[in-house]
Amino acid sequence: MLHFLTHASAASAAAAENAQLVFDPAKFIRNLQYMGIGMLVIFLVIGVIILSTMLVNYLFSDPTN
Amino acid sequence: MDILYSNLLAFTWQDLLMIGIGCLLIYLAVKKEMEPSLLLPMGLGTILVNIPGSTALVGPINELYHAGIANELFPLLLFIGIGAMIDFGPLLSNPKLMLFGAAAQFGIFFTLCMASVFFPEIKDSASIAIIGAADGPTSIAVANTLGSNYVGAITVAAYSYMALVPVIQPPVIKLLTTKKERMIRMPYEQKSVSKTTRILFPIIITIVASAIVPDATALIGFLMFGNLIRECGVLNSLSDTAQNVLANLITIFLGISVAFNMTADKFLQLSTLLIMGLGLIAFIVDTAGGVLFAKLLNLLSKKKINPMIGAAGISAFPMSGRIVHKMALQEDPQNFLLMHSIGVNVSGQIASVIAGGIILNLFG
Repeated sequence: MLHFLTHASAASAAAAENAQLVFDPAKFIRNLQYMGIGMLVIFLVIGVIILSTMLVNYLFSDPTN
Repeated sequence: MDILYSNLLAFTWQDLLMIGIGCLLIYLAVKKEMEPSLLLPMGLGTILVNIPGSTALVGPINELYHAGIANELFPLLLFIGIGAMIDFGPLLSNPKLMLFGAAAQFGIFFTLCMASVFFPEIKDSASIAIIGAADGPTSIAVANTLGSNYVGAITVAAYSYMALVPVIQPPVIKLLTTKKERMIRMPYEQKSVSKTTRILFPIIITIVASAIVPDATALIGFLMFGNLIRECGVLNSLSDTAQNVLANLITIFLGISVAFNMTADKFLQLSTLLIMGLGLIAFIVDTAGGVLFAKLLNLLSKKKINPMIGAAGISAFPMSGRIVHKMALQEDPQNFLLMHSIGVNVSGQIASVIAGGIILNLFG
């Protein structure tokens, strides 16, 4: 009986969870700012890493190369 | 006599379905060899936690989950092993390849916007988006840190799609490129990289990435720690241990303790199907992002790039690099792109961890 109650409450929790799903297409547009910020930061970090790596390659190039 | 069948009567269809899913994960691991090191322990763990009255959920799996996943310890320790496995040589020969790794993270941020249409909480949308990192430990670490309600589904999606990269990527690449583009040859200029550069590289990445994206410090730091052990040349024994024993041990614990979130009440939801769909979108848009970025560079530069190498910018290492190499050979048996595609592929590993840190910075 206890198991049944536990699973019944779990099922109702799942139903409540599903009910929390929404459909709000306008949020796609609203959150585009995160896409812009995210891609900008990632290119910035990678850009700095590329420049640093090129500098290290230049400073410590293998003399046998 | 009751004691013999009382527990059998406690099984619900949800429990049985979850046990079926556990068996399916084991089947995929053993028969199809889809990420077996993770899907097999996850499959058995799923069976263990869905047996009514199971002592596994409240006992060892609960303890392992809180000891290693809830606090991100297991994904970070696994990163030491992954870092020790990666040879950044091809990338150091041509550092500009890292741009493709950055471009191929586009799917993460696109999926974030898509997920926010359906999931009211931005922490859940961000956690789902990180499936596009094509990197299991990053997905687990980010979803846990953000306190997402869907860690189990996110983990299953991340590892399933990583295993399905050979199925997902080729059609997307073919759709976005012409045969002529796929036949572009890229001669590889062998440049030897000094030991000093190999040692300084993980240190530089740790400092730069952590300074700009502080929430990426742990993820990138542990990954680069593993690589430093490998490259320093004086810790070969530790490097071997990190690549084999440590990585294997953590994978066992990670797999079985992720199952903590694979209970029927958490997994059998409409949201799980949505997460699987959004994860697929993330992988497709990542691939498209890398390929289209390479095509854009071709418009701007005289030295042509085979746009397929952009697809290797997703972090599924080394599968993605190998797929691009194979596709190039199919079009032209003399077109060897392996070194370029592997270089892009390891840059995807770095970029995906940075993307995870950016997500944590934005929403953590």
